[in-house]
Amino acid sequence: MKIKELAKLVDGQITGAFADDNYEVEKAFASDLMSDVLRFSMDETVLITGLCNNQTLRTAEMADLRVVILGRAKEPDEEMLKLAKEAVITIIKSQYSIFKISGILYGAGIKPLY
Amino acid sequence: MHYTFEIERGNFTDAGQASSSVKRTLKQLGVDPANIKRTVVALFEAEINAIAHAYGGTIDVDIDDSKIVMVVADKGPGIPNLDLAMQEGWSTASAKVREMGYGAGMGLPNIKKNTDELQIDTEVGVGTTVTMTVYLA
Repeated sequence: MKIKELAKLVDGQITGAFADDNYEVEKAFASDLMSDVLRFSMDETVLITGLCNNQTLRTAEMADLRVVILGRAKEPDEEMLKLAKEAVITIIKSQYSIFKISGILYGAGIKPLY
Repeated sequence: MHYTFEIERGNFTDAGQASSSVKRTLKQLGVDPANIKRTVVALFEAEINAIAHAYGGTIDVDIDDSKIVMVVADKGPGIPNLDLAMQEGWSTASAKVREMGYGAGMGLPNIKKNTDELQIDTEVGVGTTVTMTVYLA
């Protein structure tokens, strides 16, 4: 699924289309715990999180994530947007809860990481 | 090639800068993406550990054609029980560290998983030195 489709499904706003528009997401992982994000292979995966700080982006960078959905109406600050740009990561902001975002994407065919 | 970075106690704003810099360098050198991934995940975990638990330290990274050696040396409390620290889920992280999304007790086990060699020298009240090697062959 393309990033724009992901954003549409969760009524989200793309704060910066830093990743390739043609990038295809197949799987999702929902976590506020960055320690767990670093444990798994994140190829073709979108991270769904309510954790909104620099470390969300740093972790995404190390895990080779290209797309992060910030749920629960979290708002990234300037520093986060700068990090996202440097690491070529797209942030999608959504008002929905993590559970709702996960449910919508699962229903649309996005697979769980495991 | 040799790179050195400073670690500042509790500075989560800049946490990950060293790992990010190493990642960029490895990409420029054309290192295989899978090896880049495990190198930077291990280094990032060690960097976060040092920021979260220690009173400052240094990161030294040596890269040659066959391997990447990373040494994260901190001045800190040391690890009283290394066997416990190596267990998944064991953590002494503060509430602040947990608020940042870490402190799940997965750091050292994850470093071990992502490196070919791991050596931890620690002394209570003095500090900890974590030496990680990733072979590129």
